[in-house]
Amino acid sequence: MKPRPATGRRILNLLVNVVASLAASSGIIVLLWITIILAYKGIPALNLDFFLNLPTPPMIPGGGLANAILGTLLLTVLATVFAVPIGLLAGICLGEFGQQSKLADLCRFAANVLTGMPSIIVGIFVYGLLVLTMGNFSGLAGAVALAIIMLPVVARTTEDMLRLVPDPLRESALAMGAPRWKVTLLIVFRAARSGIITGVLLGVARVSGETAPLLFTALNSPYMMSSLLQPMPNLTVTIFNYAMSPYEDWQRLAWGASLLITAGVLVLNILARFIFGERKS
Amino acid sequence: MPQAKDVVVPVAVRNRSLLNADTVFKGLTVAAAVVVPIIIVGIFWELLSLSWPALMKFGWRFFVTEVWNPVTQQFGAASSIYGTIVSTLIAMVLAVPMSIVIALFLVELAPPPVSKVVGNLIELLAAIPSIIYGMWGLFIFAPFMATYVQPFLGKYLGFLPLFSGPPMGIGMLTAGIILAFMVLPFITSICRDVFALVPAVLKESGYGVGATTWEVTYKITIPYGIVGVLGGIFLGLGRALGETMAVTFVIGNTHKISLSLFAPGNSIASSLANEFAEATEPIYLSSLIALGLVLFIFTFLVQVISQIMLRRLYRGWSIKI
Repeated sequence: MKPRPATGRRILNLLVNVVASLAASSGIIVLLWITIILAYKGIPALNLDFFLNLPTPPMIPGGGLANAILGTLLLTVLATVFAVPIGLLAGICLGEFGQQSKLADLCRFAANVLTGMPSIIVGIFVYGLLVLTMGNFSGLAGAVALAIIMLPVVARTTEDMLRLVPDPLRESALAMGAPRWKVTLLIVFRAARSGIITGVLLGVARVSGETAPLLFTALNSPYMMSSLLQPMPNLTVTIFNYAMSPYEDWQRLAWGASLLITAGVLVLNILARFIFGERKS
Repeated sequence: MPQAKDVVVPVAVRNRSLLNADTVFKGLTVAAAVVVPIIIVGIFWELLSLSWPALMKFGWRFFVTEVWNPVTQQFGAASSIYGTIVSTLIAMVLAVPMSIVIALFLVELAPPPVSKVVGNLIELLAAIPSIIYGMWGLFIFAPFMATYVQPFLGKYLGFLPLFSGPPMGIGMLTAGIILAFMVLPFITSICRDVFALVPAVLKESGYGVGATTWEVTYKITIPYGIVGVLGGIFLGLGRALGETMAVTFVIGNTHKISLSLFAPGNSIASSLANEFAEATEPIYLSSLIALGLVLFIFTFLVQVISQIMLRRLYRGWSIKI
């Protein structure tokens, strides 16, 4: 058999290599484009007023988003408090007890499906569950919606991290007479600690930028929050409302809020990678 | 490898009463895990009961009617379903080939340090909140589309109905392109795992008989990991279907089906986000939530398919490696 000339194949290969490099660069270009625009439009908005004042009606200078910043922090912290204990326990069930059981299999499957569920659907669910039954939009409902989005992330990372812990560690602890719960909480957890922290951080990062579920639950408010059972001001819905408004000073605040949220989320993500990277090396 | 549960704990050290700490602990963890499937059933139930009035009033015609008129209280999901599918299709047509070649770049072409940095940057694309893509899309990318990309497409491809009409910036095409960049990191990261886990022996045999990098990828790596690649594609598909805020900002939000990709439209998620605050009439709200039910069913099916594929992939590997 005569060998086929290689020129065409080499050219095709070169072409694919060039296209692959271009595709990778285009992803990075979009990332840089967004971050540069955020810095360019957002930094001028971030002054003391932004952090200390309450929103003002359009065209009145000196407005800030102090309430929304606090609100977003509070919603995120509450969601974390709701989701992390349940997520950790669920992760233990999947990773430690349920490697072969049908029930654990179902829960793992459900957790993966819930991770991919659009957040707006979770918003409608909590709207029906809490807002309609309690009669008004509330920060509590917002926190529950965020917790539901966070729960499967924490559960699945915890499971994966527990599985990385070698069995001899468990066996030696069990052989010394430790009960299972002590083995899990005091020994296996300690070995998997940094991985689990990574999971929690990624969960927090994921929910702190969420908007859609809050439209149906926490809503938004121009005032300082007074109660968890009232609509809760937050940065992301504020961005949505202000960006869609025709007022320039409101749009400026929206850019400032966008920069703040993105910086927070990216720092959490990089921190999570860093912690996990430490562990691996 | 022995599993921890196979380890026999001597009876003497066990507390055999029914309510010992271990039983309670295990019970707690099982209860926590069961919360997850219960939530999914709860979501389905809640959506079904809230959308029941609309489904009863409009019947199956709800899904094929284009009219969406809050004034006359006539609602139909056709334009939203159409918009969701078209914007997702645009996103997938762009994102799938891009993700595959980026994964190829990361695994086969780039030197390890470059690959690590580029891979991390691509993954950070997934971390940017949806609403930020919306801000950027509305104020920066849509004008860019209107000034450069759409006139160019209109000039050379304008004879196709897909690329006709005035370049407004916002619309189906812009939404689809932004969606593509949002789902890109999900598909890329799975493709990268898939490519990296193909046994080196297979690839080396390919190179050994003189195949080029692309031929090895196309004829060995992709067929070997095809289940995984498909699983990743479906995962991205699920994301694109339900993506809300970014699409809401740039899709234009009109309940009309137009063939042109430059024209504004709407998706299920964008209608929900945009109109929920205005929906004061019970039947309006119920119709919106019926849209949500459709979205739930779409994403649920896509997720289930993707999970089944990814599961087959990883199970296959645990035997082969």
